[in-house]
Amino acid sequence: MAAIEAQSLERTFSGDVLAVDGVDLEVAEGEIYAFLGPNGAGKTTTVRILTTLLRPTAGSARVAGFDVVSEAGNVRRAIGVALQEAALDPLMTGRELIRLQATLHGLPRDQGRRKAEALLERVDLVAAADRQIGTYSGGMRRRIDLASALVHEPRVLFLDEPTTGLDPLSRKAIWEEVTKLNADGTTVFLTTQYLEEADQLADRVGIIDFGRIVAEDTPGRLKAQMGRPHLEIKLMDGGVERGEEVVARFGKPLPSKDGAVLVELERGAAEVAPVVRALDEAGLTVEALDLVEPSLDDVFLAKTGHHLEPKGAAPEEPG
Amino acid sequence: MNLAANLRVIGALGARSVKQTLRRPQLLAPIILIPSLLLAIQTSGVGRAVDLPDFPHVNGFLDFMLAGAMIQSTLLAGNSGGIALAVDIEMGFTDRLLAAPIPRFAIVLGRLAATAVLGAFSALWFLAVGLIFGAQIEEGVPGALLMVLFVTLSAVAFGGLGAAIALRTGRASVVQGLFPLVFVILFLSSAFFPDHLMLEPAATVARYNPLSFIVEGIRAPVISSLSARNLLEALGSITLIGAVSIWLSAIALRRRLRLGG
Repeated sequence: MAAIEAQSLERTFSGDVLAVDGVDLEVAEGEIYAFLGPNGAGKTTTVRILTTLLRPTAGSARVAGFDVVSEAGNVRRAIGVALQEAALDPLMTGRELIRLQATLHGLPRDQGRRKAEALLERVDLVAAADRQIGTYSGGMRRRIDLASALVHEPRVLFLDEPTTGLDPLSRKAIWEEVTKLNADGTTVFLTTQYLEEADQLADRVGIIDFGRIVAEDTPGRLKAQMGRPHLEIKLMDGGVERGEEVVARFGKPLPSKDGAVLVELERGAAEVAPVVRALDEAGLTVEALDLVEPSLDDVFLAKTGHHLEPKGAAPEEPG
Repeated sequence: MNLAANLRVIGALGARSVKQTLRRPQLLAPIILIPSLLLAIQTSGVGRAVDLPDFPHVNGFLDFMLAGAMIQSTLLAGNSGGIALAVDIEMGFTDRLLAAPIPRFAIVLGRLAATAVLGAFSALWFLAVGLIFGAQIEEGVPGALLMVLFVTLSAVAFGGLGAAIALRTGRASVVQGLFPLVFVILFLSSAFFPDHLMLEPAATVARYNPLSFIVEGIRAPVISSLSARNLLEALGSITLIGAVSIWLSAIALRRRLRLGG
């Protein structure tokens, strides 16, 4: 049984704004599925439909085997939701929030308290548990939000832009937690506008633009559609022509750029070392070398005609 | 979820709302501070109104004003509750509640439970203030308890109006904008002055203002004795306002859910 299924899902807002335009989805149990798209692409609207916060105007969807409209209560029992911009009350303490969430999910008081303590420890917020959430940093807010979504051990976890605006360390902490949760068997559906988040975390990526899924596959296969990785080699003493002769044995040479020799590698990264050895044997010294993989942004550009992230918008990758 | 679990949810949401009010001075101030100041100013400033011909027989103007201060506090508690609910909607906290497997109307009932608690607190506060400064409760402890009950129920009724406006608009600034209206409604009732001593048309408006019936029901145990008529008129007005406000809240919530929060 799929954890999430949607057929021809549509949502129109007043003024005939079609926010979600015929989305078909199938997310397997235990999968991490990333919905990648720019602001206004329809990611959040889709999540709101799947989490029963919004009714579709057409189409249908099932989450954890339940229809999101006619069996909304069962869906709510099966899912955990961490919403965009962390919908948190700044006046509550972290501990109060998780305990409230436990009550909302019908956990007996003692069990709720035990669960709250365990989750606070899990997200490393024990020391800050009795502080008001308004005093938390962005990363701490996302962690408490994530913890509160886990209080009833949901089968399917929805994370709406879980790391937007976070610093690299906080993003890494969230990624690690998501990976751990998934390893424990939780299906994760996340939306993101960050390419490397989708690339590193997701088993499969759905690229959404103007309410439509324009591409869907594993990050590797999506990028493979854009061609093989290529190697950019800067040689110490010029020697571009000789360099091109040498590297031609390993793949298709590409037109040189800024004095660098470019070659599309038949077998990808595995051929980097042999190329360097061959250049060395030919008496050419490598000054710099860069293996350039096709990115999801290349995929996005190819499928939508525009880049996902304007230059400089992407956050720094966590170390 | 069964009834006990639902009541637990309403209790938890109510407790959260009470804490929210206590931790946000701008929500608490209108409930306690503003009515207390107005009570002090009016009692000291126009206390000689009791000497007017046909003014109800009271031991002092404070006795007369206590009910007005209490009802003002409950009206403002209802308004504050509405503001807090609208803030929850604006910051997305309501989405968190709607994504949980709880009855939708528990969100409103939790808020009203908190308003009831704040109403009871306000009644006790003004009783204490009144007794400290020399007011006498003619009906004694039973009368005081009845006052607390009326004020608590009134808070729920007025809280429903605040909730309905919050759910309909989803904007705290709109609910906050109704703040002056509270005073207009109050001054067009017998909260601060006997309606039969007002000029027309205010006197007629005040005479039929449901708020006046509630105020008189709260005032009667202080200044005289509570008649069956006072009791029925007060309870009837509270029930009427409560029923309308909760009905409006339900409609507003249903609309909000249909439109998607």
